[in-house]
Amino acid sequence: MAAKKFRIEVTADECKGCYRCVAVCPKKLISRGKELNIQGYFPVIVDNPGNCIGCGSCFYQCPEPGAITIYEEE
Amino acid sequence: MSEKVKFGRSKVFFDTFHRRPGPIKKNMHYCPGCGHGILHKLVAEAIEKFGIQENTTLIAPVGCAVFAYYYFNVGSISVPHGRAPAVGTGAGRANPESYVISYQGDGDLAAIGFNEFLQAANRGEKMTVFFVNNSNYGMTGGQMAPTTLPGQKTTTSPYGRNPETEGYPTPVCEIVNSLTAPVYIERVALTTPARIAAAKKAVYKGIQNLKERKGFSLIEVVAPCPINLKMSADQVNEFIEKQMLNYFPLGCLRDKTAELPEGKLPPPVIREEEAVREILFPQRNENAVADNFRNTSEFFDQELRVKIGGFGGQGVLSLGVMLANMARLRNFNVSWMPSYGPEQRGGAACCAVTVSRKAIPSPIIDRGGNLLIAMTQAAFDKYIGELREDGILIYDHTAVKLPELPATMKTYGIDALDIAGNQLGNSKFANSVLIGALAAVLAKNGMNEADQADFSRAFAEAVEEKFGKKPGAVEANINAYNAGLKALQ
Repeated sequence: MAAKKFRIEVTADECKGCYRCVAVCPKKLISRGKELNIQGYFPVIVDNPGNCIGCGSCFYQCPEPGAITIYEEE
Repeated sequence: MSEKVKFGRSKVFFDTFHRRPGPIKKNMHYCPGCGHGILHKLVAEAIEKFGIQENTTLIAPVGCAVFAYYYFNVGSISVPHGRAPAVGTGAGRANPESYVISYQGDGDLAAIGFNEFLQAANRGEKMTVFFVNNSNYGMTGGQMAPTTLPGQKTTTSPYGRNPETEGYPTPVCEIVNSLTAPVYIERVALTTPARIAAAKKAVYKGIQNLKERKGFSLIEVVAPCPINLKMSADQVNEFIEKQMLNYFPLGCLRDKTAELPEGKLPPPVIREEEAVREILFPQRNENAVADNFRNTSEFFDQELRVKIGGFGGQGVLSLGVMLANMARLRNFNVSWMPSYGPEQRGGAACCAVTVSRKAIPSPIIDRGGNLLIAMTQAAFDKYIGELREDGILIYDHTAVKLPELPATMKTYGIDALDIAGNQLGNSKFANSVLIGALAAVLAKNGMNEADQADFSRAFAEAVEEKFGKKPGAVEANINAYNAGLKALQ
């Protein structure tokens, strides 16, 4: 059986730029972005979202309910 | 290949925060990096997992989480500062099928509401309290809180908290752990993924205890407040790990849940007005007059203003209550106002009873009374000035020595204490003797025979109402009444 595949998605306009998620990603997929969102923050960006291992660390670090979503392929 | 959400927005949150004013409807109002958001997610997830969303009552505090009801799609109450566990107690007891969550910060729980919180914990109310400890007052801009660390600078401790003048951080979990009732106490922190995983476990446990109605659970959450502490996410995590946790050690202080059976629902609360009335004012007496009965006798046209004075323990207040109840049973307007010292026996006691067909503007009788019942010399001396010159005085013959009084005043002496103590065997019946005497006095002053009979009947009904469960007491009081009636006939 192939390893499960995950994908991380950030809703840029819901990110407040606290960057709690940046430090905890074991794969270092998340970094600070350079473009302002509608709230006036610099939201995080995700490089290679498909490399996500689905650990959920970033999701539970994030104080916003829906800024980070992690999908699992079925 | 399809996808499913592994980690995402909980269904216990509103999909759109329509209650939140302003254009932003998907985000919470919390500052960037705030621990409240993280804990909200854990609580929402736990409510979803244990399937108690429909019956959850979330009590929002005053503090940063004051708007928790913007976000959680559960029953919510916003309460006065610090009163969440008190309101939660009422909410839980009045609606025993509900699951009460009290969500509070360190200002709300550990400062203004510490008493309410501790009392609820000590009673072991079936609720779960989430206590967010971020070492300062967040909503108001970072003032010193009970949880502020020694040396920590805040807007109100600009030189750092000095334990000599401001004391030490309040160890809430440890204090609660000294109580017997709480079933689960744990302190967690929202820093590293491992800590948050432990916090999630504790939150789940708290919600599970709620669902199984195990008892009072407290989860203290050491949470980041990066904005007020003027720190980045990494810095605030380091501050918690290296400094806060020295004063607030993590771990489970108590977990008695495994030994406890699953809690049962208490008996259902009675809410129907008729049923409540039946419990409070049971209609036991078959003689009672109809609800719309109005006594038409001219004798009662005048307002009856009675002052009863004696010392504590003589039954002065109960005499007044009995008179007032007799009048209430006949649909008069009634007021009864007692005045007595702090001691249960001895000391001066008096009460004022007004019986009227019209509205009673004030229960106070300080002049113009038309009946005085004095059981001691002190009471006589104190209240005789309030009696009208043509008023009626009933006094205990042995206790009161009468001075010269206006000729228009009608005075009736009776050895009530002696009759009760020596003839009836207990001086506590003196007040019923005096009501019997009052019946005789009213008869001498113009009350017709039908009303005399009804007076006695009303007394019997009032006694039955009060002592219905103690048949001996009903009989003894009616005997005392008859003895008083006979003594003055």
